[in-house]
Amino acid sequence: MSSTTVPAQPRGFSVAQYVTCLNGIVWREGLRFLHQRERFVSALVRPLVWLFIFAAGFRQVLGISIIPPYETYILYEVYITPGLMAMIQLFNGMQSSLSMVYDREMGNMRTLLVSPLPRWYLLFCKLFAGTAVSLLQVYAFLLIAWFWDIEPPPLGYLTVLPALALSGLMLGALGMLISSGIRQLENFAGVMNFVIFPMFFASSALYPLWRVQEGSPMLYYVCLLNPFTHAVELIRFALYGQVNWISLAVVGGCTMTFMIGAVLAYDPSRGLIRRGPAGGET
Amino acid sequence: MTATDALSKGQDTQDIPARSETGGISALSIDGVSHAYGPRKALIDVGFTVAPASFTALLGLNGAGKSTLFSLITRLFGIQQGHIGIFGHDIAQAPGEALRLLGVVFQPRTLDLDLSVTQNLLYHAALHGIGRRDARERSSEVLTRIGLADRASSKVRDLSGGQMRRLEIARALLHRPRLLLLDEATVGLDVKARADILMHVRRLVSEQGIGVLWATHLFDEITASDALVVLHQGRILARGQVARVVAEAGAPDLNAAFMRLTAGAADLGSAA
Repeated sequence: MSSTTVPAQPRGFSVAQYVTCLNGIVWREGLRFLHQRERFVSALVRPLVWLFIFAAGFRQVLGISIIPPYETYILYEVYITPGLMAMIQLFNGMQSSLSMVYDREMGNMRTLLVSPLPRWYLLFCKLFAGTAVSLLQVYAFLLIAWFWDIEPPPLGYLTVLPALALSGLMLGALGMLISSGIRQLENFAGVMNFVIFPMFFASSALYPLWRVQEGSPMLYYVCLLNPFTHAVELIRFALYGQVNWISLAVVGGCTMTFMIGAVLAYDPSRGLIRRGPAGGET
Repeated sequence: MTATDALSKGQDTQDIPARSETGGISALSIDGVSHAYGPRKALIDVGFTVAPASFTALLGLNGAGKSTLFSLITRLFGIQQGHIGIFGHDIAQAPGEALRLLGVVFQPRTLDLDLSVTQNLLYHAALHGIGRRDARERSSEVLTRIGLADRASSKVRDLSGGQMRRLEIARALLHRPRLLLLDEATVGLDVKARADILMHVRRLVSEQGIGVLWATHLFDEITASDALVVLHQGRILARGQVARVVAEAGAPDLNAAFMRLTAGAADLGSAA
């Protein structure tokens, strides 16, 4: 056995290394997304079914009065478009968390977590990559919706981008936080029942809140407390070049909270420590 | 020395210096590490060192605590008690510096099956902050070394079990670590694939001076000149060079020595 000194190495990491890491994770998520074409198709079919069938059917039943940011009467399809954009991101966030649970069970997650870069940064990169994928899906949806006469102002396609990025981060961080608490893939079905559906239906995605208030004041307050409502409203206003400041604050605050929660949950001294080894290992 | 003596020696709480026996700094130093999953103790006061450019076998049956120890060394789990250092960098205090010097092959496969061989390597390189051009050069270099250059564009899904393991080893070496951990790396492989992988890893020790911690439950993977740590039910029963451990256990070979050591542990357990 030979003696040796500590191998010479620079301390810390350069900005270029952080950027390389981010690029690598985004690239990998993009490749995985492209390899899973059915995931892309189903991500588009879901909102399109709502738009083409549900909205067409309910157009005559659900009248929409003039409410901000709209300046005139609008079709129901136009009203639910921001909600469907947020729905794409909601499902994508949960899909990402599903893939994290899968990666953890299959062991792939370890590749990420044993990287020498700070763990909070690795999780942020993962979150960022998931959001980037959701943006592709949303813009593909908007393109198809355009042929269905859903035509927001041209500038709206640009102004909605930061809102989509923020809401994507919030929903992705929520998914990441949830994934940290799920021990097995089989338990993920509960997420559908207890997170996705309640968040989507108890929001302003499908009907304006004044309508909800008329029907059930209690549900109205639930909707107000639902961060998904604010993601929808942030997107809705941004699509028309406006800022809903309250929604911006709520979505920003929730993003930070969920992100911090996820980082703590994946911290080895707090989160994973409580779990046993993966199946078959000791 | 009897098996029980050897057991007691192994159980002694000793100061595990961050330096190897030759005075140089240890590639891996584990000192007084204990870990529990709720009430179940998986590791109890574990301590040993791995010298640079050495092959250390971590021998233990299924359930001995090997994977838990690996999860602690790689910081997948937080350390509840004790200290782990990699070339003097405490894994809890300076994880970045420590993990940079560490390559790992986990027991379960951790490759992305839908990506190609090269794509898996490039992803790993990115996680270590290695730029794309450098990563491509290193990938091609390690693939040539492990004999997978002609499969660079193949989907990992299409590789054999032995090729996947070789790829995982190549991936673990991509960022040029000085310490390599392999957790049951040959499980599920045929005899030839096992021999190939073992030979390749031993060559890394002799030619590149990499310290290796090789967790296994297979006696035939260990040679008399290897350093050995025997882990059983979360405790270290013996450590030292294989020949010495065998002699101290008063056994004719490693297999018999292991049986005596673990029987001694069972005796102690029942007496307690």
